[in-house]
Order: sequence, then structure tokens, then C-alpha cells
Amino acid sequence: MRTLAGSVRAHWKQAIRTMSAPNKNYDPVEVTALSPEEIERALEAALGAIAAAGSLDELKAARLAHSGDRAPLTLARAEIGALPPQARAEAGKRVGAVQGQVKAAIGRRQAALEKERDERVLIAEAVDVTLPAARQVQGARHPVSLSAELLSDVFVAMGYEVAEGPEVEAEWYNFDALNFPPDHPAREMQDTLFIARQDGLPGSSGIVARTHTSPVQIRSLLTRPLPLYVVSPGRVYRNEASDATHLAAFYQIEGLAVDEGLTMADLRGAIQAFVDVLFGAGLRTRLRPDYFPFTEPSADVSMECHVCRGASVKPGADPCRTCRSMGWIELAGCGMVNPRVLVACGIDPDRYSGFAFGLGVERALMLAHGIGDIKDTTDGDVRFSRAFGMEL
Amino acid sequence: MRVPLSWLREYAPIPEPADHADIARRLTAAGLEVESHEPVGDIDGLVIAQVQAIEELAEFKKPIRYCRVATSEADLAADPQSLRGVICGATNFAVGDRVVLVLPGSVLPGGFEIAARKTYGRVSEGMICAPDELGVGEDHAGIIVLAPDAPLGADFTAYAGLRDEVFEIAVTPDRGYAVSIRGVARELATAYGVAFSDPADPEPADLALLGSLTEEGPDVYPASIGDPGACDRFVLREVRGFSPSAPTPAWMWVRLARCGVRSVSLAVDVTNYLMLELGQPLHAFDRRKLTGPIVVRRAAAGETLETLDHVVRTLHPDDILITDSSGPISMAGTMGGLATEIDDASADLVIEGAHFSDVGTAKMARRHRLHSEASYRFERGVDRELPLIATARAVSLLASLGGGAVVPGCTHAQVPVEPVTISMAAGYPDAVAGVAYGRDTVIRRLEEIGASVTQEVAAAPTIAPWRDQAGRTEGAGAARAVPAKPEGQPGPVAVLHVTPPSWRPDLTDPADLAEEVIRLEGYEELPVRMPRAPAGRGLTAAQKLLRSASRTLAESGIVEVHTDPFAPVRDADSLGLAADDERRPAVRIANPLSEDEPFLRTTLLPGLLRALARNVGRGFPDVALYESGLVFRPRPGALGRAPILATDRGPTAPELASLAAALPDQPQHIGAVFAGDRELPGWWGPGQAATWADAIEAARAVARAAHLQLQVRAAARMPWHPGRCAELYLCPRADDPPVDPPAKGGAAPLSPPGPDGTKPVPSGMRTTAEVHVGHAGELHPRVIAAYGLPARACAMELSFTALAEAAQAAGKVAGPTLSSYPVATQDVALVVGAAVPAASVEAALVTGAGDLLEEVRLFDVYTGAQLGEDRKSLAYTLRFRAPDRTLTAAEASAARDAAVAEAGRRVGAVLRG
Repeated sequence: MRTLAGSVRAHWKQAIRTMSAPNKNYDPVEVTALSPEEIERALEAALGAIAAAGSLDELKAARLAHSGDRAPLTLARAEIGALPPQARAEAGKRVGAVQGQVKAAIGRRQAALEKERDERVLIAEAVDVTLPAARQVQGARHPVSLSAELLSDVFVAMGYEVAEGPEVEAEWYNFDALNFPPDHPAREMQDTLFIARQDGLPGSSGIVARTHTSPVQIRSLLTRPLPLYVVSPGRVYRNEASDATHLAAFYQIEGLAVDEGLTMADLRGAIQAFVDVLFGAGLRTRLRPDYFPFTEPSADVSMECHVCRGASVKPGADPCRTCRSMGWIELAGCGMVNPRVLVACGIDPDRYSGFAFGLGVERALMLAHGIGDIKDTTDGDVRFSRAFGMEL
Repeated sequence: MRVPLSWLREYAPIPEPADHADIARRLTAAGLEVESHEPVGDIDGLVIAQVQAIEELAEFKKPIRYCRVATSEADLAADPQSLRGVICGATNFAVGDRVVLVLPGSVLPGGFEIAARKTYGRVSEGMICAPDELGVGEDHAGIIVLAPDAPLGADFTAYAGLRDEVFEIAVTPDRGYAVSIRGVARELATAYGVAFSDPADPEPADLALLGSLTEEGPDVYPASIGDPGACDRFVLREVRGFSPSAPTPAWMWVRLARCGVRSVSLAVDVTNYLMLELGQPLHAFDRRKLTGPIVVRRAAAGETLETLDHVVRTLHPDDILITDSSGPISMAGTMGGLATEIDDASADLVIEGAHFSDVGTAKMARRHRLHSEASYRFERGVDRELPLIATARAVSLLASLGGGAVVPGCTHAQVPVEPVTISMAAGYPDAVAGVAYGRDTVIRRLEEIGASVTQEVAAAPTIAPWRDQAGRTEGAGAARAVPAKPEGQPGPVAVLHVTPPSWRPDLTDPADLAEEVIRLEGYEELPVRMPRAPAGRGLTAAQKLLRSASRTLAESGIVEVHTDPFAPVRDADSLGLAADDERRPAVRIANPLSEDEPFLRTTLLPGLLRALARNVGRGFPDVALYESGLVFRPRPGALGRAPILATDRGPTAPELASLAAALPDQPQHIGAVFAGDRELPGWWGPGQAATWADAIEAARAVARAAHLQLQVRAAARMPWHPGRCAELYLCPRADDPPVDPPAKGGAAPLSPPGPDGTKPVPSGMRTTAEVHVGHAGELHPRVIAAYGLPARACAMELSFTALAEAAQAAGKVAGPTLSSYPVATQDVALVVGAAVPAASVEAALVTGAGDLLEEVRLFDVYTGAQLGEDRKSLAYTLRFRAPDRTLTAAEASAARDAAVAEAGRRVGAVLRG
């Protein structure tokens, strides 16, 4: 090394001296550094130092020593000019190749050492990603609200609009206009909560806590243009003690369509479309005669059980909790709008006809999600809402 | 209604063997929903026996008899002591009585096996049966004593018709005719396509006894109708010399029991039997207890009647009575009077069958809370032709089963009633169903239900003949325009004139006839036509807003709940409401479920607070809940009564207004309550308790969902902590700021437009008044104690209705103009009096800073000794930006200085040195 360094210094002195003169002299002593043996030795030294570098700092030192401005190979390359012109190309090629080898070795070692360092550091920075991080208490929508919205949206997608009305309602809207004649036993089908007169006098106030969402039909027929397609979700009231399937205040959703030429075939179509969207296609629906004063004909709607699809009815089959092995589930009441309802709303029943249907929101929710006790819906326990989160 | 199949079969001979599931399916498809089916009376080993000897065993605690029974004619001649011995605990029989013996080896209902065994010191080879032991009714008062002509040794099961199938049918209130064997059998016959024989067709034997059905008999007890609105047919017939002790035949009391009716005496059983079979309630009077002619009339003021249930009832002037010269003797179609009741000595019977007003009996039953089998049928409509027939069958049965003589003829009072005829286009059922049934099918189905039909070709009749035509042609006052039928006379069509049978008073409209045709043709046959989508407008702005407000709250960690809308009396006091608080007057339920909860809620908070306490009690201390729903506030000066409007025409606008004026206010509210930590503690550090600020922020979040910026000022209002309660409101107009009062007291600040384009006020609102929205903050300690809540629980409640209206008035959000020039930020710390609301300082900064101000944000509040008593420092970051250039440092500083100067002028703020 020392010899090489000395020769480099000599070369520089000479170069300065002869700065402007072409290097025509050949000095065999001064170009020892370019001998193949010297180059090979320098290469081996460089590769050894690079391989021996155990850290990025050591590699940096090795790089300066063997590839820096004062490295033997760098200095050797500077001697090329001292060679006779015919030897320069060959020497230059030899030095260049070796320098390339050294650089590549440094690069490889650099990458390896960096990778090693990164792994060490990142491993040291590792955390336990299984730590829970719920800093905020969990909120949720109420499943009955979500169910009402879901059912509404099915009909909104069919072009219906959502209509609403008051929960404390005039008897005329709740009964008379819906063709519940005064003193007709039909009024007793729904145990009614009557509102006391505000002035404290005895006798009827003509006001009730609405027993169904049907008064919204009347309000819609009186205020909206025809044809009319509305769906009305909302809370309704009955004078009924709570049990696992009954509440004094619960939710219904009703649909009403009034147009020219509507028939029971359209009613069946609307119900089938509703069941298809809600429970998936392929479940049959069935109408059977029933009685509601505001529809004529009236029917109750059952659908094939969405859980067992009727399989539980067969002898020896596993029982079905959802349909109690009946194969069918009662879903809704429906019918063609009674012409008396249209007349009470000032609509010509000789021109317009319509259909209506209604179902319990809680019941639909309980069916779809296997809920056993309706009282859970008004208990206010956060676990009930949280189980459903933000969407059903 | 419970119906035994054997009884139906008498009139509807459906093919044997009948499949009960198929019967149930067909009846249900015809509109008579079969709720359950029960096979009954499948008992072997019952024989008719005669008691030949009774040995009383006295050594036991109760009377025990050891009986010797004969089971064949040969036994009658044998020595009684050689006959079969049976132990019996009943005493209602004597030697010579025919009884029901169950032989060893038989199994009685309930799996009770009979065996020969030693009991009470004797060998008992069987058992003498009481009705309940055979599964016939509940009666266990004594053993069955049969009529003396019951065939000795015969199989009792066959003799009495025990083996049967009972269907429980739910009859809807419109179909009164189906509350009878007659009505159900008619539907069953139609469903199976077999011939129906009508039990109401008079039998030749009856006619022979009575002459013609309508023939009057001068010797029959006299009667007249005093009020033609109360009763349009009243028939009496008589049996004299009847044996009051004659037993009811086994087949009759078995059938009564199958239908759930208890056997009383032959006379009563016959009237009940015929009521079940035909649907006509009948009443039997003891002739010797009647005085003077019978009159059907309304009650006079002050009249009373002691009814069969031994209750003395004060009668109402609308009550329909059957009277004689002694006064009321029966409440028509509801319950008879005690004084004229038949008893075990009544030999001369007057049988009454009548057609009373359906509404009249319904009202009377409800008024007296006296719902009987008779009133149940009259309310639903009874066949007006039945009184003549049913009474005829009654006296005929009584005479043949109980001896005695039928008095020829009847007393028949009636008010003539015109039969109803409904005109209908023959194609109307097709148009309702969406099916081409064709005229022949329609006529056939209508005739099947008993209607008579004639046809002609004429203009199509209206389907609403009851419509108030006068009101319709005037039309002026109608609340909505009546859409007129398109002009142009349709051509003549086939028109049916349909006279429904007398047992179908429910059929009054063409729509009723259409339903009959469609149900008999089968709902299962109806086609499905998938909907053609009309062009809907989707959800309204308010509906969308409610959903997004709800979602906003839920996503901020608050759980939606639904609470009971019924409010206890004590809530107003528990909330500490003042006597004149607008939440104190409540809508009261006249017939509440619980006397403790007679009101509907006026605020959401009590329900939410109870739910909060419940959750904390169940081990969830860190809970936030919200609810959206209606609250109910009586409208001051509202009418006491909502009128009942006409239904034969559309209501007029003033009529609808009169309904609206009677209803209470029912705004939609959103409320939220908070307890425990809003942010939970954990490995990341300590938690953050929910505070008054979270309650206010929840309200602000709801308003932001409506693109509205809620204003806040200090307020004192229960149930909140007086120092930690915010009133929430909206300011009317951005360019019309309210004048700030002096620093102390409630300031009315104005906030700047938010960076996201939220508007401080609904700009389109015409009013200059503030819009009050609600309150939020920490609850008053007394309220926390009253509801058992954790300390420092918080709440907010706002009117969603007010918010939605304001949002609606505010119109669409104006899109922001985004400047891409650099922002210039300036921080200022202002020292003000401790009582100055931050909102006032902020409002002053906004006004002073001018248009270059993009955002102002409070980032620190500091109090300390070096500021001095009653001072605080508020540190704000002001962000300035110009739309068209880069602001110079001098411009930004000038705007800042102007802001500070305005704060100094308005609230005495000074820059902190």
C-alpha cells in the first residue's frame, strides 16, 4: 500500500510539473501501480474489506478506502496517462472493470446491511396489534327503526312515497272514514285507547290513539294528487297488555295504491314483489279471505316459510321454529280499497280503484332475525340495539 | 265458534271419510278460518246400564254407594246381588235409573284406565260416569242419568253421538250468518259442491202442528212493537202442560257441550240448541209470571230490571226492552229478567223469537258490559225470517221432548221491511279481481250464497249508490276536487239486480257481492300482475334529514332506543317542572292500560332517563341513548271534541279544519341522555367523562345534519342544572344580527358561516324572531336523584319538527367558492370578564375581522392569578384568506386588529400582554 501511495504522490508531482506537456515519456518505475498484479491485489483487498464490513459505518470506511478519491484503484487509474499510448486502452479497461467489481460489491453489501438494519429497527418498533382500541362507546340504530326504513325503502324503490300522520288522531280518520260504522262490532276488533276530553268534560272527545296506520290512508287520499302510491310506517296503539308478541304501542307499515284499473292481481303483484325483495325470490304467497272494514274484498297474506320453505310440514321432518311447522307464515292483511272509503275522501269509485296492505314492523323484524320477545324492543337495553349496529 | 262435524254433516253431506285437514283448508279458503281441530269422544266400552240396587256405605267421610247394575234385559229379572257391582260417589240417582257404565279395560279421556279393583271394601267392576269424565263439558255435579227409554246394554258412544270432530272457527264480524251450524254448513256444502239442506226449511211435522208458519193464534200470548226502530219482527209461540223435569236427550246435551254450552234444563237447552243451529237467539218466559200484553219499547227514565245474573240494572232511555204491564221483563237480545225466568216448576212456556236492531243491541250490550251469546249474534245481524221458523221448531221440540201441547198459531208483530236489491254491472267482480269469470259464473256464485238474481241490459250502474249525490254535484265545499268520470256515456252493459238472502244483511254494496264471487272462485286462482313503477319522488327532505340525524347520533356513539310513550303522573314532579311549564299539561287517556300511567309523554326525557338507569343497573355504566319520536302537547284553547264527519261524501275544508283544531300538537322530538364515560379509559390513557358539552355537541351535530348552525346561550330550565344548561336556537337572519346585551347575562351571539358551507341561519325565513329548538346540558342533581342516575348525567332534547321546518325554509346549500391562495393565520389571546360567554367574544371577532376571515377557532381557555379576579383568557386562531390574491402580512394583521378592536368594544376584551 505504502509503495502504491508513494508512487501516486510522485505521479502527482510529475503531473504538475508537466501539466501542459503531453505524456510522452515512459517511466516504467512510475507505472508499477498499473501492473496486473497490483490491480489484482487492490481488488482483493477491496473485496476483503467490503465483505468484512459488519456495519454500515464499517462499509462506509471500506468504501472510502477502496473506492474513494484516494483509493489505490482511483490513483492507479490516474496513472494511465503515463503509459505509452498503445498500452493505455488495455490498462484503462482493466482498471475500469475492477472498479466496477468493487462498486457492485459495495452496493450489494450496502443493500444487505441496510436490510439487516431495517429489520432490526422495525422489529424493535413492533406493537401488539391485537390490542383493542375502541375508545368511543359503541352507538347503534334501533332495529325497529331500521326495519321500518328497510320496509319503506322496498316500496320507495317501487315508486311509492312515504306518508306520515299524527299518532293521536280524530276518530273520523281512524274509524268512520275507514268504514268502521259507529257501534259496529268491527270497532271492537281493535282495543282502542280513547283520549279524554281536553276540557275535562265527560263524554267522548272524538279522539283516539290511532289503532292502525290506516288513517294516514285517509289523509293521503284527501291531500295528494291521484294516482297515488304511498306507504306509511308509524307507531300505533292498542289497549292490550304486553306479552311476548304484543305491545300496547308498536309499529305498523301500510301501503296504499289508488289508480285507474287496479285489480286484485295488482295487489298480489305488489305483495309478491315485496316478499321477493325482503326474503329473496322464490317464496310463494297466499291470500285467504279476511275482513277489514276499509277493504272489500279483504284477505290475509301468508308467505311460504323462508326458513324451512315448507319442508317442516312433511311427516318426520325436523320441526321449524319460525313457522311452527305450518309451512306458511302470516305476514300481512290486505284488500281492495272499499269504495266507501274513496267516497268518504271525495274520490269517484266508479273511476278509481285501489288496494291496501299492512303489516307489523316488529313482527317482520322478529321473523327475519329470530327474535323471541317483542318486549325487548321497548326495554331500551343497549345490547339489543348494538346487536344490529347501523343497518339490518 | 266451535262446531261439531256430525252436526254440519246433517245439512252438508260431504263425502266420507272426511279429511279434517281438507275441511279446514276449504273452510278457511272460503273465509271461515279454522283455528283448531279436535277429535273427541273416541271411547270404547261405554254401555247403558240400569241401577238395580243401591247399598249405602256409611263408614266413610263422604257418602259412597255400592250399586248393582243391569246391562241387559235378562239382568233385569236376575237377583240384583248377582249383578255387576260398582262403587259410586254420586247420589243424584235412584234404583231404576239408566246410567252410563264404563267397563274395565276401557280408557277414558286423559288416559284414565278403568280396571276392576277393590275399593271401599268392595270389588268395583267399572265406573258410573259423570259428563266431565267422558270429556263432555265440565259438569261433575253428579253422574249422567239417562231418559228411561235409553236402550239398555247399548253402546253409549254411538247412542249419544260422542265420537266427533270439533272445529274452532274464527268468524269475522261481517258474517253474522256464519255464527251458526246453518251458516257454516252452507259454506261447507258450497266448498265441496254437495247439496245443502237448510235446517230453517220448515218441516212438515211442525207445519202440521202450527198451521202455516205465519198463521196467528188467538190464544197465544199477545204482543206488539212499540218502537219500530228497535225491533221489526216479534214472534211468540206457546207450549202448555210441559213437564219441567223432562230430561234433555243425550244427543242434545252432548252437542251443546261440544259447542261450549252448559246443559241447564230441557226448556233452556232447546232454545240454546236452536240458537246454535240456526243462529236465532230465543227466550223462554214462564207464562204464569207474565202480566198483561207484551210491548217492545225503549226504556223510560229511571226504569230498572233485575237480570238473570241477579244484577239490578238501571236502564238507559236507548235500551230496548221487552215489557208487560208490570214493567221491563227482559233486555232485548241481551239478557232476560229474573222475575219471568222459567224455573223447575214452569209448565206453560212462552217462546220469544225476534229481530232486534243490530246497532241497538250492540249499544246496549256495551253500555251494560253485558255481552251474551244473544247480543253477539244480534250485533252481527240475524236472519229476519228466522223468528217465525225458530219459534216453530222450538215449540215442536219442547212438545215432543217434554210433553205438553203446542198452542196453535203464533203472535206475530212486525214492521214491514223492504228487501234490498243491489244493481251491479255483471263484469264488476271481474274488474275487481283482474280475472274474466264471465256472467254465468257470477250469477251461479251469487245464487249459491242464496241471492236471487235478475238481469237486464242497461247503462252501467254506479258502484256507490249510497253516495250523497247532492253534495257531489254541488262540489263547492269539497276539500278536494272530485275527479269526475270522463264524459261520454258508456254503452249499455249486462246489469245484475241482486237481492241478497235474508241471512246476509252484510251484503249492501256491489263490492260486497264482488267479494262473494271472488272468494268462492278462490283467492288462490287470482293472477299476479307485477307492479308497473309509478314515478315517485323518493323520501322528503324531512324524512331524509331524520335518517341522517339519527345516523349521525348513532355514529357518534349514542344508542337509539324506543321507550314507552305512556307517562306516569309523577314525571312532571320528578323533572321539577314549574306549575306553568308547558310540558306539564298532558294528553290524558280515558281508559289507560295502567292507572299509574294515564298520560301520553310531553317530553322524551323521562323515558330515556328510565332506560338510562336500567342500563346502568344492568352493568353498563358508560351509556349514551337517544330516541326520536312524537311528544304530545294539548293545544291551548282546542275544541273539547273532534266532530264525526259524514262519510257519504268528501269532507269540506272547514270540516277538516275542525278536526285539526281538536287534535293536540304532536311535534317530533329528538332526545339524548348520557352517563359515565364518553371516551373510555384504556391502555391509551384515561377516559373522558360525558359532560354538558357532549350533550350540547350532540344537539349541534343534529343541526349540522340539517345544514344549520345551532346557537347556544346559558339558560335556567328544569330538568337541567341551572348553571350548566344551554338553550338551543336558530338566528333568523345572517345580515340582521341581534344586538349584544352588555357582557353579563345571556348574550345572543352570531356565529360565522362554517367552513363547509353550513349556514348560520335559514336565510329564506321571513321572520326575524329566533327559532327556539331545545335545551341541553347537565341534569339537575334533584332530577338525577329522582331517576336514580349516576352523578353528572347529561341530556339534550330538541324539536326535530322545528329544525326540519327551518331547514326547509333555508333552502338549498350554496356551493362554496374555494380560494387557492395561501392562508394567513393569526393567534390572539383575549382577556375578558369571567362571565362573558365565549360565543359573544367569537361573534365580535367575526364581525370585526370582516370578509377576509375564513375561520375562527377557540383553542384555549385559561384562568389564573396573574389575570386577576374574575378574568379569563380566550385564545383564538384566526384564519384569513382572500379569494383573489395572496394576503400581505400587513393585511392579515389589520384584519386581526379590527377583530380585536371589535371584541374590545363589545365585550371589553383586551389582548393578553
